Amino acid sequence: MKVAVEADKCVAAGQCVLIAPEVFDQRDEDGIVVLLDETPAPEVHGAVRESAAVCPAAAIHLAES
Amino acid sequence: MNRIVIVGGSAGGLATAEALRRAGYGGAITFIGQEPHLPYDRPPLSKQVLTGEWEPDRLALRGKAEIDALGLDLRLGVPAIALDLSGGSVALADGAEVPYDALVIATGVRPRQLPGSEVVAGVHTLRTLDDAVALKARLLPGRRLVIVGAGFVGAEVAAVAGGLGVQVTLLEAGPLPLAQAIGEQAGHVLAQTHRDHGVELRTHAAVAEIVSAGGTVTGVRLADETVLRADDVLVAIGSVPNTAWLHGSGLPLGDGLVCDEFSAAAPGVYGVGDVARWHNPLFGTAMRIEHRTNAAEQGLAVAHNLLHPQERRPFAPVPYFWSDQYGMKIQAYGHLRDHDEALVLDGGVSQRRLLIAYRTGDRLAGVLAAGLSPRILRAWRALIAARTPWATAIAGATAA
Repeated sequence: MKVAVEADKCVAAGQCVLIAPEVFDQRDEDGIVVLLDETPAPEVHGAVRESAAVCPAAAIHLAES
Repeated sequence: MNRIVIVGGSAGGLATAEALRRAGYGGAITFIGQEPHLPYDRPPLSKQVLTGEWEPDRLALRGKAEIDALGLDLRLGVPAIALDLSGGSVALADGAEVPYDALVIATGVRPRQLPGSEVVAGVHTLRTLDDAVALKARLLPGRRLVIVGAGFVGAEVAAVAGGLGVQVTLLEAGPLPLAQAIGEQAGHVLAQTHRDHGVELRTHAAVAEIVSAGGTVTGVRLADETVLRADDVLVAIGSVPNTAWLHGSGLPLGDGLVCDEFSAAAPGVYGVGDVARWHNPLFGTAMRIEHRTNAAEQGLAVAHNLLHPQERRPFAPVPYFWSDQYGMKIQAYGHLRDHDEALVLDGGVSQRRLLIAYRTGDRLAGVLAAGLSPRILRAWRALIAARTPWATAIAGATAA
């Protein structure tokens, strides 16, 4: 799995950080998404898929291999 | 179960369909949407679409290939008009009857109208992409826009329109914007922010009628007989759940589709998103939430409950919303409405910064921040999710 984020679409809701903190974080100043791991381990794939599913800006994109 | 019908072609319906497929459901999914568009994102309609930063094609929630991969029986541009609950089928406006084994109702809301104003040219509401494109075309420098209702939609449009050089008058029926929802202190900050940006905010403003000439709006008459001249009027006085098609179906209705803690309205029938009034066990109360994130979260929860009828899980989220006004981001977690106390922990009117905690009964029920780092709210969200007593939460906050 390869993860990509669109920072200019992000609305800083932080849902992804709540669901998959191993993969996503937020910038201190404005809460915009920070991608910590663009090729996350298989055990967090489910959480990453859920993050992409609930992202209110559709700013998380997954390429499944 | 081999035929799932989802009525509602927006974020909640899409999240449900995707979650069903991710979980391995291989049966038919019929996806019925009133609008002709593939699912698109609504929050930018009152933000980047109105400013012109984004072209409408940027709103698509998923690309065409991703939608195709879901293998949906797409019925877009065709509203559902009736439900036969005992027979298990949905009637569409084009005459089709769609049978189902399980039904997801995600028909959302529509803007509340001022009676008689729907047919007047220049009177707008803002819910759909078509609404936003029509309004955007009218927001030209020097024109006069009167916005009826200083809620989140009204406030966001006021901020954008003012920035485009439109002369904006914002009407609020109460003493302060959004005071009932988020408290007086937050209302003061919002009111001052509007005025700082040259938007004329009129409070205690009761609208008597829309004034028009030859079918085109010319102004708004207030109850005190003042007439505000307007080239355009935006009516932003809240929303009405789209449940008319369910009248007489036997499903429980009452300001939305009434659902239990599993989001079920009847056996095999579930509600998702803005239309659903469900019992949230985290707060011990029924709520209907028109927040973007709730639609997706409830869609995931409903997909699970549909596919695991023996292991259903209550839907018990901490609600979340955000609003962008004048470059200031407002974010809130929890159930703020009907709070008993709103306590300002940081900031105030002069700082353009605010942190408020909300008490309902003896519990921390919610928190709102404006002009602060969104990270601050995460610890508060955890306290709300853990049903933290008010005294404990506030003692921790003031000690920190």
